[in-house]
Amino acid sequence: MDPAILFLILTTAVKIVVFTFVFTLPIIAYSTYAERRVSSIIQDRVGPNRVGIPLTLFGAKKDIPFAGLLQPLADGLKAFLKEDLVPAHVRKFFFWIAPALTAAPAFLCICIIPFGSSITVFDQPVKLVIADIDAGPLFVFAIASLSVYGITFAGWASNNKYSFLGGVRSCAQMISYEISLGLSLIPVLMVFGQLNLSDIVHSQADNGWTLLPLWNEHGSVFDAAYWQNCKEQWLLMIPLTISFIIFTTSIFAETNRMPFDLPECETELVGGYHTEYSSMKFALFFLGEYAAMIVGSAIIVTLFFGGWSLGFGLDTAISNMALGGLLHILIFLTKVIAFVIFFIWVRWTVPRFRYDQLMKLGWVVFFELALVNIFITAGIIMLLN
Amino acid sequence: MAIIKIKRPQLTIAEKLYLPAVIKGLSITLGHAIRAVLGKTPGAKRNFNSSGMGITMQYPETKWDDQLPDYYRGVPALVTDEKGRERCVSCQLCEFICPPKAIAIIPTEIESDDPWAKVEKRPQEFDIDMTRCIYCGMCEEVCPEQAIYLRQDYAMTGLSRAEMVNDKERLYEIGGVREGLVNKWNDIK
Repeated sequence: MDPAILFLILTTAVKIVVFTFVFTLPIIAYSTYAERRVSSIIQDRVGPNRVGIPLTLFGAKKDIPFAGLLQPLADGLKAFLKEDLVPAHVRKFFFWIAPALTAAPAFLCICIIPFGSSITVFDQPVKLVIADIDAGPLFVFAIASLSVYGITFAGWASNNKYSFLGGVRSCAQMISYEISLGLSLIPVLMVFGQLNLSDIVHSQADNGWTLLPLWNEHGSVFDAAYWQNCKEQWLLMIPLTISFIIFTTSIFAETNRMPFDLPECETELVGGYHTEYSSMKFALFFLGEYAAMIVGSAIIVTLFFGGWSLGFGLDTAISNMALGGLLHILIFLTKVIAFVIFFIWVRWTVPRFRYDQLMKLGWVVFFELALVNIFITAGIIMLLN
Repeated sequence: MAIIKIKRPQLTIAEKLYLPAVIKGLSITLGHAIRAVLGKTPGAKRNFNSSGMGITMQYPETKWDDQLPDYYRGVPALVTDEKGRERCVSCQLCEFICPPKAIAIIPTEIESDDPWAKVEKRPQEFDIDMTRCIYCGMCEEVCPEQAIYLRQDYAMTGLSRAEMVNDKERLYEIGGVREGLVNKWNDIK
């Protein structure tokens, strides 16, 4: 086989394993832990702080609690060991396929996210993104919206009125917010003039983050040359901030997070679409939800907060370092985790929308605002040229 | 019937936008979270033995014990007096009053050569089933001999049902010696 192709296949395989199983899955596991701890801090509680190494099982006097950091492991073990109950009244095929259909699209989206700049392996540069395709955001929209099938199937196959309502709500909600999600991104793509996420991050590293243009090719805020050339960046900030607000809110709606968690909505629908699910099937829904949340925050970070770049013109220096690519991965993951905590923080602050308010916000406010925003951006770009 | 027209509040533009309200809410929760981490929330400052994370008392490390009021009703137990006499005369009033029927007494006569033979009866077996006990304190209230008391112990644990039954020996061990009670039997010859 051609060594170049073999090299490509091998590096891609390694990237898939590392990015999915070493980075994303632990972050998913620990975002459930973070969710419980952060919510407990906000609500004056303690949260899970006990699960550690159970030395008492081996005769020691005390366990090592580790502030409960092993809680996700215990949760996963519990999900595996619980009885997998399939009620008699469900449609078996769809009931079985639904959890996988919810989790798989979220994991698929990981492949276009640039985790870092690039590292050199055997004198060849390897970009730290699984699939460096020229249709990044479009791929995300195409794949991520597939997860609505999982939820709708789950709601319908469960043969239960609460699940059904949850599935129907989820379907309507995801389709509604898909529109504003896509439209709100067009101004960003107009500014960058391309769809390749790696190149978008590169240009953010050089010209300032989309929402934080504190530097450009002339220097950073500390240089006089920057202040003579930064006018257009700051002017474009106005539509881009609107884009950011619409996009982030739509991501909240797409991932079924509070304040848009109407598909689950414990107080009205018992558990919504996953009422009838137990054991690992339920855990897959849970996993899919958190994976979607992490992919969502990764995309927000990539498009609006400079992806893996540190900014202030320091990125070329980091790239030239021996393990600079890995440092970029660390920067990226830090940003993603910060955003995940923001998701959690919002969840425990904003109460759930009423269903008509949700629809009104999606169709009357965000849809129009995103449309107008495209024209504003176009006008500004036309003015500047 | 009169129709009451509800007047909706007039919202300002900032309120209609909803975003400032969200930011305000976020700042409130963030402020509370910071105060919670620093242990300065109102809950953490209360008098209970809270662990500093809100009002929560983290059980095995921090305990109720010094916060219990005098009237706290815990595990019922039998007591002996200053002279080492077991005060129960097995009248079985507590057994009869006990709402969940947790107490089971088998009375026996005191032998004639015993220094306390004049009391006539003592319990041979005295079992309190702690899986049934509801800590109502009626046994203490009904006892004519001041022999049974609800102690401040609350952590009754056991790995089996049999372990949760306190027998006579265990009851005297929990109860211990109680002084300053009415000792009517001392005067009777």
